[in-house]
Amino acid sequence: MPAFRATALSALGLAAFLVFWEAMPRLGLINPAFLPPPSTIPAAFLKEIALGVWGEAVWSSLSHYVVGLTVGAGAGIGLGLLSGMFFVFEAVTAWIVRLLRPIPGLAWVPFAIIWFGVQPSAAVFIIAIGVFWIVFFATQGAVRGVDRDLVEVAQAFGFRSPWARLTKILLPAATPGILVGLRTALGQAWMAVVAAEIFGVPGVGARMMQASSLLSTDIVVVYMLTMAGLYGLFDTGFVALQGWLLRWRA
Amino acid sequence: MSSPIIAIQGLSLAYEREGVRNTILADLDLTIARGEFLVIVGESGVGKSTVLRVLIGLASPSAGTVRVEPRPGCRTPMALVFQDARLLPWRRVIANVAFGLEGSGLAKAQRLAKAREMLALVGLADLGHRWPHQLSGGQRQRVAIARALAVDPDVLLMDEPFSALDSFTREGLQDELQRIQAATGKTILFVTHDIDEAVTLADRVVVLAGAPGRVAAEVTVTVPRPRRRRDGALLEAARQLRAELSGRSAEL
Repeated sequence: MPAFRATALSALGLAAFLVFWEAMPRLGLINPAFLPPPSTIPAAFLKEIALGVWGEAVWSSLSHYVVGLTVGAGAGIGLGLLSGMFFVFEAVTAWIVRLLRPIPGLAWVPFAIIWFGVQPSAAVFIIAIGVFWIVFFATQGAVRGVDRDLVEVAQAFGFRSPWARLTKILLPAATPGILVGLRTALGQAWMAVVAAEIFGVPGVGARMMQASSLLSTDIVVVYMLTMAGLYGLFDTGFVALQGWLLRWRA
Repeated sequence: MSSPIIAIQGLSLAYEREGVRNTILADLDLTIARGEFLVIVGESGVGKSTVLRVLIGLASPSAGTVRVEPRPGCRTPMALVFQDARLLPWRRVIANVAFGLEGSGLAKAQRLAKAREMLALVGLADLGHRWPHQLSGGQRQRVAIARALAVDPDVLLMDEPFSALDSFTREGLQDELQRIQAATGKTILFVTHDIDEAVTLADRVVVLAGAPGRVAAEVTVTVPRPRRRRDGALLEAARQLRAELSGRSAEL
């Protein structure tokens, strides 16, 4: 029963981790104000829910997340396809990409505020930039890596236009690679959510900053776990979708 | 004999890479009669496949003319079966066979009906729902043949289609191909480096030799079909071909 044993060991590892975490502040090894023991988290969680703050923060963060991810990943796939397909497009953008690529998402915060104000659209912008490059490079690489022999099949059957090449061969053949990029982006986007909300756009990140400035570390932990939970949910759904889309693979 | 379905005249193909000029074909003449099973044999690198690639439009000649006279109203005069099947792994078998019909203006139901008909022709009627990776090498090549036949070409171009298969599967497919040709009346232009395969299949065998490649010899095989392997007349044709080929290499 190796599967059962692995699950049991994982559960045991998590339990040991929680016991250790509980013991550190309880035994006075760490100031409980700096690290709240896990047993205090459910109460803090229920309080946040009762106040109506939790639902509101999660709802607005989710909307930033979904819109930002859609915009960033959409642009990444679109431009990545163009760049992978057309040498001229790739050449024209090569140095622009080199210039913009290293700029971290957080560095765009000042412009986000100036351009969009402290508004949800500013958060969406930061998140979109955070996922754009991952998806762009994944798509570009996947399109370039498509087996030329398969492109020849399309040509041999008379499908010679760029559009036919894209829809008949490149897109389906590049899908596995694009999905790998999207899955990475799914996680990266949550990091961007925190960064994007730190400057005051309401949401999980903003609520965390607020709580930490009041030294309510238990509330900070509530939202850390909330994000872990949401990420787990999205990732599980995505893996299922990925498995279905790639069911043709051996 | 009626007018040839394909007439190749003075075909040359050369390309330059890193300053070195590579000539694959020089001044090749070749005609193929309607309904003929023509096999091109030759050593590797002699340009056999290049002839097919020029015909299907995957390579452009440096000089020469190719004249094709398909039957009136034929949308796709030629279709190619690659050496390595090249099925699209993300499509089920049936959708692979229907692939070439997607630009034809046929409705999806008609395309699938045609694809089912072709799968039945190659003996895989029950496997339409499979993914390519679930097929054996021989089955994959059958699907590739069905895909090429689905567009109803006048000429079936085949680029060493059985060379990657074990000999048992290969002989089965050779018989199958002759049966398919008898049933469909297609003209077939078949490239191989296997002399026994050439004489088993061909009405006429053309030997391509030299660098750049040109037609070095021609052998007509008159043995009636269905042919029995190791038939005396076939062995004699193979012997004749081997003599032509070795004579050629002795000259070089």
